[in-house]
Amino acid sequence: MDLSYTPEQDQFRDEVRSWIAEAMPATMRKHAEDGANFENAEVMEWHKILFAKGWAAPGWPEEVGGTGWDVAQRSIFQEECVRANAPSLSPFGLAMVGPLIIQYGNDEQKKRFLPKILAGEEIWCQGYSEPNAGSDLANLQLRAEADGDDYILNGQKTWTTYAQYADWIFVLCRTSTEGKKQEGISFLLVDIHNTDGIDVKPFLTTGGTLAFSETWFKDARVPQANRVGPENGGWSMAKALLGHERTGIGGITESDRGLSAVKHIAQRTAVGSQTLFDDPGFRRRIARKQMRLRAIEIFNLRALAAAQVGHAPGAESSVLKIVGTELQQEVTELQMDAMGHNAMGWLDSPEEALPSHQQAIASQFNYLRAATIYGGSNEIQKNIISKHLLRLPSA
Amino acid sequence: MNFDLNEEQQMIMDQAAKFVANETPVSRFRKLRETERGWDLDMWGKMAEQGWLAIAIPEDQGGFGGSFVDLAIILEQLGRGLVPEPFIASVVLGAGILSEHGDEAQRDSFLTPMIEGQTSLAFAYAESQSRYNLSDCLTKAVKSGDGWTISGEKIWVLNGHAADQIIVAARTGGSQFDESGLSLFIVDGDAKGLQRILVPGMDGQRTAVLRFEGVQVGADRLLGRDGDALGIIEKAVDRGAAAACAEGLGHIRELFERTVAYLKEREQFGVPIGSFQVLQHIASDMYAEMELCYSASILASIQVDHPDADTRKAEVSAAKLQLSDGGWMVSKNAIQLFGGIGVTDEQDEGLFFKRLRVLNSVFGDADWHVSRFQSLKGFEAID
Repeated sequence: MDLSYTPEQDQFRDEVRSWIAEAMPATMRKHAEDGANFENAEVMEWHKILFAKGWAAPGWPEEVGGTGWDVAQRSIFQEECVRANAPSLSPFGLAMVGPLIIQYGNDEQKKRFLPKILAGEEIWCQGYSEPNAGSDLANLQLRAEADGDDYILNGQKTWTTYAQYADWIFVLCRTSTEGKKQEGISFLLVDIHNTDGIDVKPFLTTGGTLAFSETWFKDARVPQANRVGPENGGWSMAKALLGHERTGIGGITESDRGLSAVKHIAQRTAVGSQTLFDDPGFRRRIARKQMRLRAIEIFNLRALAAAQVGHAPGAESSVLKIVGTELQQEVTELQMDAMGHNAMGWLDSPEEALPSHQQAIASQFNYLRAATIYGGSNEIQKNIISKHLLRLPSA
Repeated sequence: MNFDLNEEQQMIMDQAAKFVANETPVSRFRKLRETERGWDLDMWGKMAEQGWLAIAIPEDQGGFGGSFVDLAIILEQLGRGLVPEPFIASVVLGAGILSEHGDEAQRDSFLTPMIEGQTSLAFAYAESQSRYNLSDCLTKAVKSGDGWTISGEKIWVLNGHAADQIIVAARTGGSQFDESGLSLFIVDGDAKGLQRILVPGMDGQRTAVLRFEGVQVGADRLLGRDGDALGIIEKAVDRGAAAACAEGLGHIRELFERTVAYLKEREQFGVPIGSFQVLQHIASDMYAEMELCYSASILASIQVDHPDADTRKAEVSAAKLQLSDGGWMVSKNAIQLFGGIGVTDEQDEGLFFKRLRVLNSVFGDADWHVSRFQSLKGFEAID
């Protein structure tokens, strides 16, 4: 067991740090200093900068454009991105459908999709949930009827995060109503712009942003060649993908950034002749979260190390999802507390009342109530742990 | 960066697990908690035969040159059996200090017999007014002739009742709270003027109040440099905290596994109670905390040897907080899920519950570790 870095790894860190400092455009750096609240266009700009350097997909195998980095290098890279407050890339292509295509896709699909995901030329979103298939995901009803070489899709997806920016959506759809409901599900890749009958309607979240969309399919025709894996074999792949998703949605990076933001705010918030950061009571509240994050970070590193030697993310990703998102929410609660009166403000409050680095905090605080819900609610994660890991009897 | 046990460590773990299951299961502790001494010198000898008392001692001092991780592996297994022998007091604290700071004569006289299982050690630092402040020390050592005269009182000294030698922190300069002026002395357990008051603890283990009433020691009993012991004491207490994380992890694993087994076996309303979702979710939360406690124990056992003292303190404090919060969460819920029998003495779960609570109060409690963490220089840095 060893947590230390070799001289080569320290050198790698220096290299990454100075590269990021140079590669980040000035406006992006300004936004990074103001709390890392980036527009989608900036996220994609950063994606392309990373791609040009060959660093867009550290987790992918080298032969499809990954970096070939080991766990330590990947975590160093991650730490340095957080340190610089660089934009977090959209996970849907790079961390979700990409790894799924790498694992289950045929050669043609790999050739067609992976390079464009890697380059950030095509933006992806996820079509899993439906109005009647939330926690009970297998109950999904989006119908895909075979018709010649195509499927015809009818139905609705919801909570499709950033569908309004996406070029492609990966969907779970129903290709059979026979047998168990899990056995009639297939995994399809759908071109949003070039398919007739797809309608995307973003809706406003409590965070004041258009983070989620509803997506309708009306006689939308999709080539069967865009099915990944066998017909009616989508469920096990979907679950594998959720495993990948959950490791990312522990929100470790975000909690780390969030704690820096708390300190940043506290240092700039006057309390009498001192600042909030001089208040031992408040410092202790920050410390507790930072200490908890440390235990979660080590847990995450353990999971990454296990993944590197070929263990698929299993129940540990459920654990990470639960403890990570709980902490992530607590950090936003701490940010709100740090702001005092300023926590009354909103995205459109003027600078006279709300400094720019605090502008997005109330929005994040509201939006992140979703963290314990999305990606399989934390209660569903506990069901997974109970059933698959603890093997407790079902009711 | 690597989280695997190497082949040797895997072997140590397997052997320790087998040893505890065969030689010293919880039933043995139950008998010993009725005795005055609370632990058994024959078992200490067997543990020495296993090589455990010498495992982290350098080879040139007669040990096996292992690391703190090796100690942690053994401690976790000892935790599973609630083994009462003074591994933390004697091996982690006493031998740790002697090995790193004792001179050759001191090591020959006091370390060698300990690692052979003939004697045991204790480390006396806390006082009734000091709480967890390690520089708060009223016990004094005054030069007299060639040696020193020690006066004062130490409390909650692990293995203080039985130790052959006690390493005691005393002030040789400065006043009560000064960071400098602290020194360490090796005092024999049967020294004239040393009064040992046996203190049975909640966990069924034994500690002592030690009264030093003009105890005379020779110049050769000064351990390390005169007046310069605070760093040694801090490091020793951090080793204690890391050891608590490892032993506590063993308790937590044992409690968790017993609870899950009980959920599958206990029936109410005609079904196993483990089929109730409300209990399943508690068990899942316990699992998550257990995993974080394992992560914390790894963190502590590696970083306790970090050359930068502030890094060591921050990492050990983070780990001890997780042990405290996570251990409490697991142990109180284990009792809850066992129901009424969980609060009977005949059921083992209560013994683990008590021991975990005791570990929370020693080597800095949660509040103290949070305070220390936020006072470290690195905490100010925003990066």
